[in-house]
Amino acid sequence: MTAALPRTSRPATLAQRAARHPSFVIGAVLTLLLAGAALLSLVWTPWSPYEMNLAAKLQGPSAAHWLGTDPFGRDVASLLLVGARNSILVGVIAVGIGLGLGTALGLLASARRGWVEEFIMRMADFTFAFPAILSAIMLTAVFGAGIVNSIIAIGIFNIPTFARVTRASANAIGARDFILAARACGKGPWRITLEHVLPNILPVLIVQATIQFAVAILAEAALSYLGLGTQPPQPSWGRMLSEAQTLLFQTPMLAVYPGVAIALAVLGLNLLGDGLRDLLDPRLTRKR
Amino acid sequence: MTTTAPTLLEVKNLGVRLHTHAGVADAVRGVSFTLQRGETLGLVGESGCGKSLTAMALMGLLPESATTSGSLRFQGEEMIGQSDAHWCRLRGDRIGMVFQEPMTALNPVHPIGRQVAEPLRLHRGLSAAAARQEAVALLDRVGIPDAARRFDAWPHQFSGGQRQRITIAMALACGPDLLIADEPTTALDVTVAGQILELIRELVRERGMGLLLISHDLGVIAQNVQRMLVMYGGMVVENGPTRAVFTHPGHPYTQGLLASRPQLGLPTRQADGTRHRLAAIPGSVPELHRLPAGCPFTERCSGALPACAGTLPAVTALAPGHLARCLRLEVSA
Repeated sequence: MTAALPRTSRPATLAQRAARHPSFVIGAVLTLLLAGAALLSLVWTPWSPYEMNLAAKLQGPSAAHWLGTDPFGRDVASLLLVGARNSILVGVIAVGIGLGLGTALGLLASARRGWVEEFIMRMADFTFAFPAILSAIMLTAVFGAGIVNSIIAIGIFNIPTFARVTRASANAIGARDFILAARACGKGPWRITLEHVLPNILPVLIVQATIQFAVAILAEAALSYLGLGTQPPQPSWGRMLSEAQTLLFQTPMLAVYPGVAIALAVLGLNLLGDGLRDLLDPRLTRKR
Repeated sequence: MTTTAPTLLEVKNLGVRLHTHAGVADAVRGVSFTLQRGETLGLVGESGCGKSLTAMALMGLLPESATTSGSLRFQGEEMIGQSDAHWCRLRGDRIGMVFQEPMTALNPVHPIGRQVAEPLRLHRGLSAAAARQEAVALLDRVGIPDAARRFDAWPHQFSGGQRQRITIAMALACGPDLLIADEPTTALDVTVAGQILELIRELVRERGMGLLLISHDLGVIAQNVQRMLVMYGGMVVENGPTRAVFTHPGHPYTQGLLASRPQLGLPTRQADGTRHRLAAIPGSVPELHRLPAGCPFTERCSGALPACAGTLPAVTALAPGHLARCLRLEVSA
């Protein structure tokens, strides 16, 4: 009784609760694998992903080529590792664009209210009305295919998502008593937005960022599959899929590897986002 | 220095008009009073009578949909129509405010010491180290034990009473001339509430501030302020020294409020054998966007005259400094 008391009275730390949260653990492991593969590809790959060897094309898995070779004789394992780097690059920059601009616009809308809020939100609705992949195809078609343009297109698509989430959360925080108390201390609207509102909506933004990261990876794969994203010879999971398509009946595994890689990356990030949402919920972390 | 300092707070005919979906509501009408440094003034009334809106108007913190009219002079300076930037320089520096809910009045993501030090850095331009030193002294003064060590503690690590002490330290950081306390003890249990009121009383005496204490609790008002205003339907119906209002209430609403207090020692049964019931004012508060043209209390007043519903009664002096707004007082005077 006396021994059990201190343990039950103290709420579990964030790390303890994280370790007990299955989807957070699985998501974190998959995401770390993705990041690990990308980091590893910077220093070491089994073969060069650009080295073609037509004599050794379409080989099955072996000690030399763990996952076999593609129609140009390139090592599939090396391509996958470098492809992970490509996916992460797209995710980080595209989410960065969306997070930076979207959060700024959302905070501006919430702080100024009135017609500013109305204008920003109607613009967000307008952008949101087009399916993401369609606007990305449109932008890459107009400004040219390639990794840079597809990252920008995916980033632009991310802006309204973040703007909406930011504005909704910021408005909810703005109605709280401590905002009124901060105003009663003489703080101006911008200080309140940056010092009081932003730190309180950070958990929501982190969760949204992991989910948008997964969406960005998927969008890049789709654009590359359509030939609008990453251009050869730069390896990309989406391009590996489209190249494997013609040989689907001869060597189906060529399509399975990048497909599984995309699926696991997206699944991992979504589970991580779900887990973070549960863990960062202030209703669970703090007794009111 | 001039020989006479300007009046700390001079409110004349203050009105607050709310533009709501249900229509236009004159939530505060014709509120007038003055408050000097070192004076304590109570504002009492039931929910929805305009107490908090009056307080918000005094802080310049009304919602954007509200419009104010009349005159509000703080230390001689007219504040109605001033820009928000101008108000920002006053709030937290010359005027401090304590809120009802200590559990939510502190930002959960910042340590408490930082929140107390913030007004000092903002208004006094103190360095982080100097503000910290000052904030520790303030926390110590309001009775946070081991203040220096708990400076970096989070709001959720404190109890409700302690948090209210912290918000008081925040409000007093820059040594304001006026402290507005909007139901500061409503969310606290009775013993803690007593300690908090005691602390506010001490600090007001110590620093010679003016205090505006808002409460729906007559007991709190009786023990803590020299003068009191009774509000009903957005209007001040009675204004006078606390003792005079309690002993000789002039307005029927004030009389009803005083009669409806539970008192110890009352017999449970009356002479005829029926159970003794607590007196209550019949009816309910009128909706603010449907206030009658005359006295807002007409419908619930047992002594209402036919003229009451049509004309707004003028302010009648019952005694020097004791005013009430009731037609029957006008007639008899």
